[in-house]
Amino acid sequence: MSVIVDRETRLCVSGITGREGRFHTLNNRAYGTNVVSGVTPGKGGQDVEGIPVFNTFRAAREQTQANTAMIFVPPPFAADSILEAADAGIATIIAITEGIPAHDELRVYTHLRRAPAVRLIGPNCPGVLSPGKVNVGIIPAAFFREGNVGVVSRSGTLTYQVGHELAQRGFGNSSIVGIGGDPVPGSSFVDIIDLFEADPETELIVMSGEIGGDAEEVAAVHIAAHISKPVVAYIAGFTAPPGKTMGHAGAIVSGSKGTAAAKAEALEAAGVRVAKTPTQVAEIAVELLGG
Amino acid sequence: MDLLEYQGKQLFARHGIPVPAGEPARTVDEAIAAANRIGYPCAVKAQVQVGGRGKLGGIKLASDEHQAREHAEAILGMDIKGLTVRELWIEGASQIEAEYYASFVFDRGAKAPLAMLSTRGGMDIEEVSTQTPEAIASLHIDPLLGFQPFHGRRLAFEAAVDADLVAPVGDFLARLYSAFVGEEATLVEVNPLIVTPERTLIALDAKVTLDGNSLYRHPDNAQLRDLSSEDPQERMAKERDLTYVKLDGNIGILGNGAGLVMSTLDVVAQHGGAPANFLDAGGGSKAEAITAAVEVITWDPGVKAVLFNIFGGITRCDEVARGLIAAFEQIKPTIPFVVRLDGTNGEEGRALLAAAALPNVHAASTMDEAAALVVELAK
Repeated sequence: MSVIVDRETRLCVSGITGREGRFHTLNNRAYGTNVVSGVTPGKGGQDVEGIPVFNTFRAAREQTQANTAMIFVPPPFAADSILEAADAGIATIIAITEGIPAHDELRVYTHLRRAPAVRLIGPNCPGVLSPGKVNVGIIPAAFFREGNVGVVSRSGTLTYQVGHELAQRGFGNSSIVGIGGDPVPGSSFVDIIDLFEADPETELIVMSGEIGGDAEEVAAVHIAAHISKPVVAYIAGFTAPPGKTMGHAGAIVSGSKGTAAAKAEALEAAGVRVAKTPTQVAEIAVELLGG
Repeated sequence: MDLLEYQGKQLFARHGIPVPAGEPARTVDEAIAAANRIGYPCAVKAQVQVGGRGKLGGIKLASDEHQAREHAEAILGMDIKGLTVRELWIEGASQIEAEYYASFVFDRGAKAPLAMLSTRGGMDIEEVSTQTPEAIASLHIDPLLGFQPFHGRRLAFEAAVDADLVAPVGDFLARLYSAFVGEEATLVEVNPLIVTPERTLIALDAKVTLDGNSLYRHPDNAQLRDLSSEDPQERMAKERDLTYVKLDGNIGILGNGAGLVMSTLDVVAQHGGAPANFLDAGGGSKAEAITAAVEVITWDPGVKAVLFNIFGGITRCDEVARGLIAAFEQIKPTIPFVVRLDGTNGEEGRALLAAAALPNVHAASTMDEAAALVVELAK
């Protein structure tokens, strides 16, 4: 088993004819992902290495039965593309695009929450990898293999670092889910942790958080009340100064709110083991699951 | 992006929010010319992004040209909590009968704008919110519905504003919300929102934070600058398209991806080191980006050693190695570098570096080892 993407995934890529979109789409297909179509307005009828391109998501879904969308278009068009995919009836939308305006994200989030059949992952995320099965996004799949650790993270490269440490200790992953580094992610830690809790293959959940917002604190309360599987957390940004955005739009300590220390404290209070370094995540995993 | 008071007020004015007439000034002569046009008495206000500037002598009233000169000379160049005053805002003095507080903030937790209103403005609102939270009326706005007249009435009645001001306060809040959404701000705050003896409302201060991701839609706002807090190294990094934040330490840090760089800073600190910066060379770092990054980091003479921590995903380690080799040819840094390359094409990258035998470059195989070594070398 795995979460969000699996062998049933039929992927349609918005922005498939762009340089980055094309490159990663073909990478995903080479990994085994069933890429059924792409969308680029005005380029309907063309194809990308045999993948048919449509003008609209509606046409792409009707003609190729796409059930998952990957959004790769630049920020000015990304919110609109997410809404179009949802309107066309696509249930899972994975938005890679970084730099979408916050007010756009707020409107998209509010609209999608009223259509609970749609799940948005991201934006500003590396995507979702279910090793051995499907890769949707830009996660370098070669470093990961199938296994029993579910990973959910706000950051891309930090996920690879944590996953790499786990792999060196012999662990594989059920799924690796990047929820993204923006202030209004479509899915939260809580949403993904619930999926891992219900996934029979996942035996350990690793969450990698960072400064800014209160998603980690909210997750801590939820874990204490509802999650039976062991959770290991890592938080980045202990040395970040207040008021400075640390790369990700959402990574900012506002006044005394959103600090790494407060997040680690909340998680520990909820019984979650908090690693001090990415290496320590793997050490704790060995302790909890055996080497 | 945080705006200065006067930039915020100019932005408010575009949305019909009443602000005192004023002009910015960067020299004493400009300040006096502005004061003479505006008339006396007028306020001479330091433009820096810190609270409490009034108490520190950064806001003075001038009743004639002589006083305007005296105040402008005193305030320009003044240090306020570590920031040098490089701009003034000269505005007509206002008569104050009462001081209210009004704001909209982008509430990430609730994922909706949060409106706040209080009749206890003017003082530290955080103190009011902790000691007498009932003195602040607040509610969330549905972003798809927008600010409605009933929101304004509810806030005004719950904050117990004077009866004659319920309608004007509602109107003021509607305009403030239009500025919040129209300019794509994550914060618009008015403290104090004053009531004049004529029973009109004026925004006497303005605190505005704009969403950096939206600036492509607002070219005028993208031009706004704050000379007092602009760091030359941060500007240099920005011109080279690098995400850079200056910190206080002496160990230069470069990594790829925001999360990994934050983690690297933490691990260096855990080993007893002090990072000099946050620098994210990006998810798909190319050789030129690496060269530019070395240039920015080593520009600071306080940097005693540099740590490169790369985990290649889209980024290829051989590209990073090539960039570093090119940077050494161009910049010839003399301080030690610790380089940890792992991930995509890691072996090729490490082999390239070993073959180049750059002076004073040390290879490390893990993040922990790299951090320990760079802390040692920076001593």
